Amino acid sequence: MKLRSQALPSSEGFQSNRKAHLKALAEIAEAAEAAALGGGERSRARHVSRGKMLPRERVANLLDPGSPFLEVGATAAHGLYDGAAPCAGVIAGVGQVQGQEVMVVCNDATVKGGTYYPMTVKKHLRAQEIAQENHLPCVYLVDSGGANLPNQDEVFPDRDHFGRIFYNQARMSAMGIPQIAVVMGSCTAGGAYVPAMSDVTIIVRDQGTIFLAGPPLVKAATGEVVSAEDLGGGDVHTRLSGVADYLAEDDAHALALARRAVASLNRAKPATVQWEAPEEPAYEPEELLGVVPADLRTPYDIREVIARLVDGSRFDEFKPRFGETLVTGFAHLKGCPIGIIANNGVLFSEAAQKGAHFVELCSQRRIPLVFLQNITGFMVGRTYENEGIARHGAKMVTAVASTNVPKVTLLVGGSFGAGNYGMAGRAYSPRFLWTWPNSRISVMGGPQAAGVLATVKRDAIERAGESWSAEAEAAFKQPTIDMFERQSHPLYASARLWDDGVIDPRRSRDVLFLSLSAALNAPIEETRFGVFRM
Amino acid sequence: MFDRILIANRGEIACRVMETAQGLGVSCVAVYSDADAGAKHVAMADVAVHIGGAAPAESYLRGDVIIQAALDTGAQAIHPGYGFLSENPEFVEAVEVAGLTFIGPSALAIRAMGLKDAAKALMVEAGVPVVPGYHGADQDDALLAAEAEAIGYPVLIKAVAGGGGKGMRLVEDASGFAAALASARSEAQTAFGNSDVLVEKFVTQPRHIEVQVFGDGTSAVHLFERDCSLQRRHQKVIEEAPAPGMTEEMRAAMGAAAVRAATAIGYCGAGTVEFIVDGSGELKPDNFFFMEMNTRLQVEHPVTEAITGVDLVEWQLRVAAGEGLPTAQEHLSINGHAFEARLYAEDVPAGFLPATGTLSHLRFPDGVRADSGVRAGDTISPFYDPMIAKVIVQGPTRAVALKRLSAALKATQVGGTVTNLAFLGALAGHAGFGRGEVDTGLIARDLETLTAAPEVAPRHLVVAGMAALDLLEPGEMAGFTLWQLLRHSVTLVAQEVRHEVSVEVLSPVRQRWYVNEEEIIAERLGECWQIGGVPAPAVAVAGSLVTVFDRYGLTIAVVDPLDQAVGAAGDGNLIEAPMPGLVKAVDAVPGQAVSQGDRLAVLEAMKMEHSLLAARDGVVAEVLAAAGDQVEAGAALIRLEAEA
Repeated sequence: MKLRSQALPSSEGFQSNRKAHLKALAEIAEAAEAAALGGGERSRARHVSRGKMLPRERVANLLDPGSPFLEVGATAAHGLYDGAAPCAGVIAGVGQVQGQEVMVVCNDATVKGGTYYPMTVKKHLRAQEIAQENHLPCVYLVDSGGANLPNQDEVFPDRDHFGRIFYNQARMSAMGIPQIAVVMGSCTAGGAYVPAMSDVTIIVRDQGTIFLAGPPLVKAATGEVVSAEDLGGGDVHTRLSGVADYLAEDDAHALALARRAVASLNRAKPATVQWEAPEEPAYEPEELLGVVPADLRTPYDIREVIARLVDGSRFDEFKPRFGETLVTGFAHLKGCPIGIIANNGVLFSEAAQKGAHFVELCSQRRIPLVFLQNITGFMVGRTYENEGIARHGAKMVTAVASTNVPKVTLLVGGSFGAGNYGMAGRAYSPRFLWTWPNSRISVMGGPQAAGVLATVKRDAIERAGESWSAEAEAAFKQPTIDMFERQSHPLYASARLWDDGVIDPRRSRDVLFLSLSAALNAPIEETRFGVFRM
Repeated sequence: MFDRILIANRGEIACRVMETAQGLGVSCVAVYSDADAGAKHVAMADVAVHIGGAAPAESYLRGDVIIQAALDTGAQAIHPGYGFLSENPEFVEAVEVAGLTFIGPSALAIRAMGLKDAAKALMVEAGVPVVPGYHGADQDDALLAAEAEAIGYPVLIKAVAGGGGKGMRLVEDASGFAAALASARSEAQTAFGNSDVLVEKFVTQPRHIEVQVFGDGTSAVHLFERDCSLQRRHQKVIEEAPAPGMTEEMRAAMGAAAVRAATAIGYCGAGTVEFIVDGSGELKPDNFFFMEMNTRLQVEHPVTEAITGVDLVEWQLRVAAGEGLPTAQEHLSINGHAFEARLYAEDVPAGFLPATGTLSHLRFPDGVRADSGVRAGDTISPFYDPMIAKVIVQGPTRAVALKRLSAALKATQVGGTVTNLAFLGALAGHAGFGRGEVDTGLIARDLETLTAAPEVAPRHLVVAGMAALDLLEPGEMAGFTLWQLLRHSVTLVAQEVRHEVSVEVLSPVRQRWYVNEEEIIAERLGECWQIGGVPAPAVAVAGSLVTVFDRYGLTIAVVDPLDQAVGAAGDGNLIEAPMPGLVKAVDAVPGQAVSQGDRLAVLEAMKMEHSLLAARDGVVAEVLAAAGDQVEAGAALIRLEAEA
């Protein structure tokens, strides 16, 4: 039951792994730190000089002091828009207010006035998706000029664009998921609907404004000259228009009012799983940096990771002698029962069947699933195709797609090809998806992709009776390899919100726990599976 | 011994009496007012009887009700404690008429000592020294001067009909006597219409030294002296026994005088003979004068108990039950030195105003006698004396006992109300007091330094912030963020100064605080927080008040952002129709001054009449509608002149 680690912390391999992971980690930390600063020193100073709290201070003072904050998309939009939208101009994450887990979405007005870039929209929608799936009340700390006009074609018209925010608010409200808005700055045009569509809205006097058209547009349209405050300030909206419900004197007051609003929601977490007394792992999570090889191509036993994630390093492994490249089993994480599905090599037919079986077990027992992804894909070749590996793989994908138990996915290594699907990649709607700095994601490995393209090209060249030198082939392959290398990097992935964020491997246990805890705000529904290809 | 007694008192003394009585196997009946239904003395008692309203006149002073309670509960005797009915001879008689025993002196003895002048005469007769003076009717100048000479300078000339210092003159020596006499007389004549004066010895640096006596009706012993010179406006603050500088010779003289005083009135029970002593030089056996006798157990009796090992309440019960004096004079001796400090709910900076409040926290250090009538959670009500406790320490020498007093006061923790603890602490640390140089003027002379507000240091703000933000016992996930720390802020008010304090929680055991531009690390070692490397003082939270138990308790207020009142609406000048309707009446007239809440107009809508009221004080500028007008919602009806 208790896993036994083979790792030698004093070994050279352990130490060099650790060094490499720390280096990768430093790169992420630097990106996250820059993102947290928002729009830079000048714009922050201007923001503060107006008597406003900085966005992260707003989040801090909304949340219970010292309580954990599981930030989503901390490096969103990294490297996009020439670096114009750090953190995608909006902070999002799951935090605690009055002991209750909520989704906080906080505009950063120091980033281009809090306007919505395409990634801002995507991040806001992702936060709402998390809230909706996990039944988390939403608190919107609004300070935004609305759509970013130069990018209007990528933020306004499509289904998952700006309008979807308000659609989500209405749908969530209908589901009984509270929507609370705190207007702490501009709330212009479409943005006006965030407070208007909320169940409860708080606005800061002489600071928050809500209007469909700001004073300049009003003047252009009708010639009426009016101040922002008279057009749609806090006094107007709490006294005359009724667009907002509570008037606050300043940010601190507004956040206290929001906390009070959450306190009166009268919600309790449903009883979903049988909790046990939490216990630390027998092996230090710190050692994760040493036991996981720096090079993705080096095989290692995934149980070394599991031993550093679960309570007491105890793991009830299911079907340990069958389909050994997929490790499945039961454990507890800070007291929460979980089913773990972890890669330990290429997926074969047996492993896929075992995976499908285990998902069915957890679904029946309503045990949340944790996927530890490190997969190069399903096994290829005649033998495997002929025995129907696609059929077996489909069984696992069907099971993973159909199950209604909460899934949380952690990329601890590679995420390539159809393995991504079977292991609850983004398309399979895990409640949360986190990645390690050493992880890589792409449809296949860069060299494999370059090889495929080179093979096709070589065939064409050789059909034409010509020859292709090895040097020429290598030169042909390099750009593809480089492109894959760049695009599979976790910062590239996280910038585009293919995941919810890159995390420090040593904090995986905390992140998984907070993810599970958030997920358990929603009742676990009965699962109905699709047709399994038998 | 009695089977059951009733204690006609409340608070610490009721608890004190019960402790001894119950220890002797005597069942105790408590009485209580409305305000004391949940009090400690009620909880301690074997039986408790409700006797009336919170005001003492409706309860603790109702002798008839109390005696009835004793009869109803089968009590055989009544212990009066101190204060209330303890020195009321009519009550004593009523108790005896009811067939019960009064645990204390006879009505006769109380009366004999109750009239101060008669008591003095009685004492002179018994050979007890009184302040030398001339009280005669002969007002001849030369005679008065001769009397002054006989008394010995300095002397005080006082108007016989006097009061409030009028007609009073201090005369340092014979040369100034005639002039002082003339001016005192003329002032007395003007003020009181009577120029008669008396001459008394002036005690330049008076000390208040009292002797504990105990009688059984026929004979009496003394249990040595107590020094109660540390007084503020005649209120004792810290008492001690024995008196500093006391000589064996003087002690014997004072003790003998006190015993004479007690036996002169056939005293039974515990009593105290108060003397005024000249403290300007060494104590001299011929330099103490009778002031008065208190015919009850004193508040400060524990210091005598501490140095003699006698339980005075036990003696009271045994003697009242008919036993003779439990110990002969020659078997009584002094062991070491003791202090008592009176801890009150008092607002010292506001001039020692009595304070009230619910004690959210109350803790006394181990090894210290703390006589208290309240527990944590109890309320100090405005109806009674705001005493929280008497802190009593003993040591082999005065120096050691005083050190123990300082330490005990430092370790005493009271939350939920302001107290005089810092003042007591400052007194305990007063250099002159330390040297034993006590007199009744000490506190007044050094009041400013003794009441200086203790400084609030950043670490106090940190620990108050921790209490305010509920960060003293952080959860297992405390401080978790993926990458960027969050900084939570809180506003604290300490000694009327606002402090914006903020914190980054780094882990369950580590926090980084920002206080006035200073960064301070709080780190948890085991169960204790270290703030900037120094162990954090204990705290108690009561509502929005945090008491930090350092420097005798610092009270720090936490500002709740929700307490901000949102001001009046935008254009407060306009009174608008809240809905469409018919103007029924307009009361306002242009130029009229109106007050907030005055009715300005009546609107009829939806079959209801709605009064439109002035939102603030002001002057009506314009009336924009008339009775009979049908108006739209939001129509301006009345405008007030804009505020300056």
